[in-house]
Amino acid sequence: MSSISGIEPVPPKPLVTAAQLSVALPVLAVLLASAIFAAFVALYGQNPATVFGLIVQGGFGSSFAWQDTLSRAAPLVLVGLAVAIPAQAGLVIIGGEGALVLGGLAGAVVTLPFAGAHAFPMQCLMLLAGALIGGLWFGLAGVLRQYRGVNETISSLLLSYIGIAVFHHLTEGMLRDPASLDKPSTHPIDPSYMLPTLPGVGVHAGLAVSLLLAIAVHVVLRYTRWGFALRVVGGSARVARMIGLAVNRWIIGASVVAGGMAGIAGAIEVAAVQGTANSSLIVGYGYSGILVAFLARHQPLAIVAVALLIGGMQASASLLQRRLGLPDATMLVFQGLIFVCVLVADAIAQQLRETTRR
Amino acid sequence: MSVPQVELRNMTKRFGANLALNNVSLLIRSGTVHALLGENGAGKSTLVKCLVGFYRPDEGHIQVDGREQRLNSPKDADALGIGMVYQHFTLVPSMTVAQNLVVSGARLPAYIDWQSELRRLTEVTRKLPFHVPLDVRVSQLSAGEKQKAEIVKQLYLGRKLLILDEPTSVLTPAEADEVLGHVRSLTRTGELSAILISHKFHEVRRFADDVTVLRRGASVRTGAVADLTDDALAEAMIGEPVSKMVPHAPRLPPKPNVILSIRNLCANGDNGLPAVKDLSLEVRAGEIVGIAGVSGNGQLELVEAMMGQRDRNGTIAVSGSSFNGTRREIARLGVYGLPQEPLKNACIDRMSLAENLALRNFDRAPLCRGIAMNYGALVEQAERLVAQFRVKAPGLTASMSALSGGNVQRAVLARELTQDVCLLVASNPTFGLDFVACEETYRRILDARNGGAAVLLISEDLDELLGLVDRILVMSAGRIVHEVPAESADKRVIGKYMAGMKAA
Ligand SMILES: Nc1ncnc2c1ncn2[C@@H]1O[C@H](COP(=O)(O)OP(=O)(O)OP(=O)(O)O)[C@@H](O)[C@H]1O
Ligand SMILES: [Mg+2]
Repeated sequence: MSSISGIEPVPPKPLVTAAQLSVALPVLAVLLASAIFAAFVALYGQNPATVFGLIVQGGFGSSFAWQDTLSRAAPLVLVGLAVAIPAQAGLVIIGGEGALVLGGLAGAVVTLPFAGAHAFPMQCLMLLAGALIGGLWFGLAGVLRQYRGVNETISSLLLSYIGIAVFHHLTEGMLRDPASLDKPSTHPIDPSYMLPTLPGVGVHAGLAVSLLLAIAVHVVLRYTRWGFALRVVGGSARVARMIGLAVNRWIIGASVVAGGMAGIAGAIEVAAVQGTANSSLIVGYGYSGILVAFLARHQPLAIVAVALLIGGMQASASLLQRRLGLPDATMLVFQGLIFVCVLVADAIAQQLRETTRR
Repeated sequence: MSVPQVELRNMTKRFGANLALNNVSLLIRSGTVHALLGENGAGKSTLVKCLVGFYRPDEGHIQVDGREQRLNSPKDADALGIGMVYQHFTLVPSMTVAQNLVVSGARLPAYIDWQSELRRLTEVTRKLPFHVPLDVRVSQLSAGEKQKAEIVKQLYLGRKLLILDEPTSVLTPAEADEVLGHVRSLTRTGELSAILISHKFHEVRRFADDVTVLRRGASVRTGAVADLTDDALAEAMIGEPVSKMVPHAPRLPPKPNVILSIRNLCANGDNGLPAVKDLSLEVRAGEIVGIAGVSGNGQLELVEAMMGQRDRNGTIAVSGSSFNGTRREIARLGVYGLPQEPLKNACIDRMSLAENLALRNFDRAPLCRGIAMNYGALVEQAERLVAQFRVKAPGLTASMSALSGGNVQRAVLARELTQDVCLLVASNPTFGLDFVACEETYRRILDARNGGAAVLLISEDLDELLGLVDRILVMSAGRIVHEVPAESADKRVIGKYMAGMKAA
């Protein structure tokens, strides 16, 4: 009997391992999207090579380009995490935009009563306020799912619209600074409270915050029992209950933490870039975050890399417009193409896995 | 319109370095039932999955009526009239049987004329010995009816070779006899050939003409059932003479202290209707209490309510403290379980075997210090359990679905029984296990009892219950309707209570 027991010898390596596949597929998807995008710009009468050259130049070609890219990557990392964390628990939450703008609003107003305080506690307070409101917003989607059976993807998207509407309502009403005439804004925060610039990089400290959070999330998901429990909950709520995990708490908790990430992204935008909460916050970071997380396969460290790529693309948009007269939305088209290609690649990967199994 | 003769020749299939099938040949004569026997992990499922085009064999041929066929996908098998009934149900629960049958057709028209389809359906099914209500939602059928509906679906699709992979493990013995009896009579009248995978010798004996025994991927014995004794089959399965079964350890009288105490428990089923009604019971230390009953009479809901998986009213106390299924209570009070369908109910498919073996103690030393996981210790534990319980797996990092059905079961057994068990709740713990593994499971359950644990054993197999338990409770329509010590139990009386009748 004992000869058949135990572990079989390790099977020889298959042609592609799962790990290689998970890197190769997004790369292939981006390449395919690039090809389609090239055809698209060619239709516009532009030389694709020139366009790609400008994208690289505008995103990564100079220290100024890098600064622009990095300061865009900072919020993208955080909204990417806001999608990736719930994904571990089996949730698809896509309402990052709403949590981001409300987090920004909270960050913008929370320090207004405190004039002349020390900067550091105020900066922490702004980020905390953003995290709290963002967390609350996602937490709502989690609660609706667990206690009312509402699909979290749809509820988070709708909550996102509500969040944006609330944002407009408050910045144009109760919280509006009367001095902001053409662009309704909250009262500007004390300039001394603004996040400092990282020495030597020339980018605001929000970048460091988001990198640290990405690393922290990576460590927690990979190396702690919280990450393990979250994967159990995401794998099967039934089994999670059997082994005594409080599924509702884990799911809502993961949503709250994720919303917190998006809220911090908003607060950073306010505390480092805008100085007030106004409609410049609503530029679609929340939606780009979905793309970032999917392209990075919900891996926190990969999210950093992908955020750089997408940040660079977005940074180059103005150069494309200035040099070639391509419309503003060109980069959105490119992003959209990448997203579609990623989803298709995922579907193909699924089939591939099934056929290699045969 | 004849029934094909199917021949498999020299089939070999590897999963990595794991040789799942080793040069297996099999002949299914037209109009017969051919049984496949073998230990858990012997390769039975793999073999038939090759025949339905789900796996592609590395070597070997498939001949149908003497003609060589390549099966690259289940569609090819479909075209040849080969179909499979799986152990788990595949019908859509929210649709009626009729709807399920019509939409299962390979070439579905864009517009479905339900009236004419229904007429055709009634026509087709009227000739069958099966009686399945066509206009009832699948979710409302009993397990036996569902299994019959699955078979009706295969017949409706014009299948001529029917493959049944452990079709009876979710059925009561009576249901199993009925379903297999019908299959048998359809083969007798020459409308069907069938392959029957089973772990139960008596089923093979009653319902199969030929039998092939697989051992470690190789065909070791084949012949007419009538020519082979049970002992010969068992010996072929395990490769050595069957030692006379070791008698179970002597029954010690249970200790006086009550471990599990359930008072006035009420719980609803998935459909929102009461499934467990005002149920009370007690299990003492060192005692095995069996719950007999036809499936669907609230046993599942009872177990889930106990384990904290389902909302409930009433009190459940373990060793005197109230139990709600939180992680802390489970560890402190020692409540563990062997759920039925362990792949679905006790394992996380997208996590590895090693991680699945750690589900019970991943947050305790030595697997975890503070909040930091120690994956080295986790792998070590997995290696130990796999060796100790002889779990056969492609590797510790394999996903649970790469394990054979019986080995999933062993993995769960290993995880649950190596904890500090004070109360064990087991539901049909031997479904799908080969006879060696069955004995081993019984032994381990008895060991747990003799170690002072209280055991609640839910089973549809009366013989299994009578052989193990100290006391039997019969559950019917959500209530305990009968209670009797095992020594004085009368199968006929219990059967009557199970059927919902009052004994005379
Ligand atoms: N997809 C897979 N990947 C790797 N190994 C596999 C896969 N499927 C099956 N195996 C291995 O092939 C062997 C045979 O498995 P199979 O499912 O055919 O067993 P079985 O005879 O049906 O057993 P049981 O009675 O337990 O259902 C096992 O060792 C199993 O681990
Ligand atoms: Mg099997």
